[in-house]
Amino acid sequence: MNDMTPIGVTTTLKDWESDQEVRWCPGCGDYAILKAVQRTLPEIGADPAKTVFVSGIGCSSRFPYYVESYGFHTIHGRAPAVATGIKLSNPELDIWLITGDGDGMSIGGNHTMHLIRRNLNCQIMLFNNEIYGLTKGQYSPTSRLGTTSPTTPLGSVDRPASPCAFALGAGARFIARGFDVSKHLPEVLKAAHAHKGAAFIEIFQNCIVYNKDRFEDFAAPKGAEDRQLWLKHGEPMLFGSEKTGGIKGIALDHENLCLKVVDVVDRDWQAAKVIVHDVTNRSVAHMLVELPFGAFPMALGVIYDDPRPTYEDALLGQDATAREGKDTSLAHLLAKGQTWTVED
Amino acid sequence: MATQLAEPEASSQASPESVVIRFAGDSGDGMQLTGGQFTLSTALSGNDLATFPDFPAEIRAPQGTLFGVSAFQINFGSTEIDTAGDAPDVLVAMNPAALKTNVGALKPGGLIIADSGEFTKRNLEKAHYAASPLEDGSLAKWQLLAFDISAQTLESVKPFGLGNKEALRCKNMWTLGLALWMFDRDRQPLVDWLNAKFRKNPVLAEANIAALNAGHAYGETAELSGSLHKVHLDPVEAPAGLYRTISGAEAVALGLVMGAKLADLQMFFGGYPITPASSILHYLATMKEFGVTTFQAEDEIAAIASAIGASYAGHLGVTSSSGPGIALKGEAMGLAVMTELPLVIVNSQRGGPSTGLPTKTEQSDLYQAVYGRNGDTPMPVIAARSPGDAFECAIEACRIATQYMTPVILLTDGYIANAAEPWKVPDPAAYAPFPARFLTTRNGPDGNLLPYARDEKGARPWIKPGTPGLMHRIGGIEKNPGTGNLDYSPAAHQAMTDARKAKVDGVAKGIPAQEVTLGEERGKLAVVGWGSTFGPIHQAVRRARGRGLDVSHIHVRHIWPLPENLGDLLRGYERILVPEMNTGQFKTVLRDQFLVDAKPYNKTSGQPFTIAEIEAAIEGALA
Repeated sequence: MNDMTPIGVTTTLKDWESDQEVRWCPGCGDYAILKAVQRTLPEIGADPAKTVFVSGIGCSSRFPYYVESYGFHTIHGRAPAVATGIKLSNPELDIWLITGDGDGMSIGGNHTMHLIRRNLNCQIMLFNNEIYGLTKGQYSPTSRLGTTSPTTPLGSVDRPASPCAFALGAGARFIARGFDVSKHLPEVLKAAHAHKGAAFIEIFQNCIVYNKDRFEDFAAPKGAEDRQLWLKHGEPMLFGSEKTGGIKGIALDHENLCLKVVDVVDRDWQAAKVIVHDVTNRSVAHMLVELPFGAFPMALGVIYDDPRPTYEDALLGQDATAREGKDTSLAHLLAKGQTWTVED
Repeated sequence: MATQLAEPEASSQASPESVVIRFAGDSGDGMQLTGGQFTLSTALSGNDLATFPDFPAEIRAPQGTLFGVSAFQINFGSTEIDTAGDAPDVLVAMNPAALKTNVGALKPGGLIIADSGEFTKRNLEKAHYAASPLEDGSLAKWQLLAFDISAQTLESVKPFGLGNKEALRCKNMWTLGLALWMFDRDRQPLVDWLNAKFRKNPVLAEANIAALNAGHAYGETAELSGSLHKVHLDPVEAPAGLYRTISGAEAVALGLVMGAKLADLQMFFGGYPITPASSILHYLATMKEFGVTTFQAEDEIAAIASAIGASYAGHLGVTSSSGPGIALKGEAMGLAVMTELPLVIVNSQRGGPSTGLPTKTEQSDLYQAVYGRNGDTPMPVIAARSPGDAFECAIEACRIATQYMTPVILLTDGYIANAAEPWKVPDPAAYAPFPARFLTTRNGPDGNLLPYARDEKGARPWIKPGTPGLMHRIGGIEKNPGTGNLDYSPAAHQAMTDARKAKVDGVAKGIPAQEVTLGEERGKLAVVGWGSTFGPIHQAVRRARGRGLDVSHIHVRHIWPLPENLGDLLRGYERILVPEMNTGQFKTVLRDQFLVDAKPYNKTSGQPFTIAEIEAAIEGALA
């Protein structure tokens, strides 16, 4: 559990709504994410005075203006660095980092990597809409191959980055996925908050103006059970339904060292050797974030969760030890080294 | 005006008030260390001094090459010393390359001490010498003392059984021993230092001490030959008190610690390694007990962004870099201006543009500091004139940043950062505190919160996240005057642009009036400088005045905003000369601000001005 979680602060969803007019396009997935966050914060007992939303630039990065807490709308890509300074200066603050695929994976990719590598205790919500929205529809580093946009009129030729694979590669100790309108999003956010360390959450978000329904292939309610693999620690990786073509599961292909889809007959998932999700299994996490959608369902929920000591605890702890018993006289500091006296 | 490199002074003093010595060798020969230790022993003997370390950008350039030469110059004496000296009286050359690259600067009649053991065929070729200069008479206008320092060193450390390579590493101590003899210095502090340095390897300590003693003893016996003679310089007249030597980088670090203390704040320093600014981060990393947190960021942008985050959270955020790194921080400086958070940005300038001259000095980032951001983005800029002054300037930067809620740029340069000078240890109690205040209750007229309300100085309140009831949002986007809520309206942008400008302009009301450093408040010529040109300008003006010329020296610390009386002061002179190690940046600012006919005198060779160069420019300006 996150020991920074304030205990006993009672709030309601309304308490987390700021007086600012929300300025996203009508129908934008960001509205649903905002509501999910405002629903989650009272449930985890968050204290508005000790909560800081830090963002970069982009549609998603307007988020802090709409939450009644402390908020810092910084500059493009640099929110992780600003957050690092905030957390190191006051580790009691609970930091939610809001970024997007352009902000966090392109211009700010370097900072995202280092924030995760250092394991600063915060929640990183990366809104992935696979497009640049605020600048009017250019393709982004997560846009699929062949995306046509004002800057790629003939279709993009560079392959997309996978945010979760990137985060895991950077050393993330918590990886989760969700999508804007999913009813499971608050649970994912709660799990991220409970994780002490950098918790990385990729949230697929519908940009209704420039990349409409991009995630409908798995996010549409119809057929969702066949296309969404919701992961739960200690439970078998099952998806599908009797109605739509049978229950299926994810098993290990021992020969090729990869995952495979297996049919589960008579609900006997053990016979089908379906894997039980273990959030501390890093190898399986690597395979889950790389699963090609289509042949496999989209892996969602908490993919990986195995805490390690946080950066601020390590750094500030080291500083505290270094300070123990030290002379803090400025006069002595200034007169350090070899000195000499000039007499009157 | 084109730069005219000075002719070395021809006069040689029988009983000198000051001496300039330059140690030059391969970058692996330990010249910076030799110079540093010689500096310390000079300081301990009570002479005033100034130093100029000059080393290549490569850590270990190929041995014996011209571009691998590392030099350390020190000017010391029994009078006030402001510069590292124009032309050396003594050149210690550890190999042919060191001789070739440095001998041109030596005064006619000056002394060359050369290690003849290194003047081998191969080393001569590497230095592009066709014949050995020690033998072909080409050094005739100087006194030459060449002997095999390498062999002497090997002989002196023989009892310790070191390998050839390790034994030769003691050469610098042998040379230092000789120099200590020449200038009548006590060896004991060096012996103590060597014992401490090699505590874990007493054999190396003994070998180095033996080499030091052997060099010293060589001076005693070589005296008989007549080329070498002992020089004694009396201690300088200095105010009574406790002294130490200090480099600019150390002074900045100490000044920042002091400034944070006076502001009653913890300091957060976000930095990224870059020459010549890294040493500030190195010093601060050892000062945790003074409420300092240091953070080596992933890049220059993260360094400043983390410092902004720290200031937002209620610490004093500080970042530091050199020209190219400062360029990377530009956008984030705009964020600090827009969010009106305190921040100190130290720029240890080096030769530019781009990577430029990483280890050489220049003052070419003044435009960058004053103007170099997008939008109307005013920021106070102050410049240190010397290593010791960097301490005062760092405190001043902390004061302005926290009192006016603004980022402040502190300019030093490679020369100030690396150079050392004696420093009278200040009494911390003599500095007036300027404690920072944080808002704890809503400040609006009807119980609302106004994060962008302004005090009499135009500063907004500092609100720490974590304070109950004061939740609010800030950002780099234009905002409503007062509430700080997002507001793009024409009226809001006009009002906020005006308010940001008025606040920074108002800093001028809280700084001292510009004084004339040397000379009269009106007259024929004012030489106006800023930053590390202080020493050569000051000495040049002093000498010119000694010859009866009507010239005064004005040295400006507050570059932006400028002192309120500066325009009137400048108009009191018939002519204005602005020497700068750039192509005329401060000159442009003065012309723009005061419509005065400021004339430039520029040098961009990566080397500081010599006194003679400025003297010549003064004469030219008065002609």
